[in-house]
Amino acid sequence: MQQVPIAWFLMLSAALFVLGVAGFLFRRNIITVFMSIELMLNAVNLSFIAFTYQLNQADGHFDAFQVDGHLLAFFTMVVAAAEAAVGLAIILTVYRNRATLNIDEVDSMKN
Amino acid sequence: MDLILFLIFASIALVCAVNVVVQKHPISSAVSLIGVMGSLAMLYLLLGAEFVAAAQVIVYAGAVMVLFVFVIMLLNAGKETPRGGSFMAQLLGTPVLLGLLLVLALLARHMYPPEAMVHFGGFRGGAPRAIGKALFTTYLLPFEATSILILIAIVGAVVLARKEMD
Repeated sequence: MQQVPIAWFLMLSAALFVLGVAGFLFRRNIITVFMSIELMLNAVNLSFIAFTYQLNQADGHFDAFQVDGHLLAFFTMVVAAAEAAVGLAIILTVYRNRATLNIDEVDSMKN
Repeated sequence: MDLILFLIFASIALVCAVNVVVQKHPISSAVSLIGVMGSLAMLYLLLGAEFVAAAQVIVYAGAVMVLFVFVIMLLNAGKETPRGGSFMAQLLGTPVLLGLLLVLALLARHMYPPEAMVHFGGFRGGAPRAIGKALFTTYLLPFEATSILILIAIVGAVVLARKEMD
């Protein structure tokens, strides 16, 4: 049975994070920018889960598990859900007041 | 078998993540993001994080993405207008991001030697019982603070999305 190096999981996480950064920087639609943030949060969660696996693997004794990484991932999800609710409400308000979703046209605080 | 499963779901996640960034229509990006989240849930399951995998599907792929799709439909968001960014951003953006990816990948390789292997099924501590025990003992205070955070988020969302803003 072939096994997977732990570093591959971290590299996948890094690739997803970089793609999220790219979407955040290059896209102009405010909703897509918001989705890129969610992509970055997901990438970090994958790192947490992989680290938890490695921590328990390195310990060796399997009677007491360290699940702190899982809880961090769980709290990340909770914060992401709250962030999505507030952020989408803000997007709705911006659209109602300006009738645009392009972040280049939302520039009241420029200059 | 482990390697095959990892490669399948990792490639699905990567392809969908690229699709999130390159698609011009927000609804295509949203559907691709659901693909990323689903395949990540499978990877969590393979790493022994059963509770987090279930929460990923329910909270992320379910609730959060439904909210996104709902807002996209509500605002009738169309294709975004292509726009030339600043010259420096177009010139430097992709190389800088690739450099960031290279640094992160090298760091991961450096931190963990190639013989640190993941054997699926090797960790069985991610069941809801263990998570719940840690959540209500060690992490009780953050858990209670989370409930207040969600309450604030609900009130904030209602206030922001009200009909009249004056």
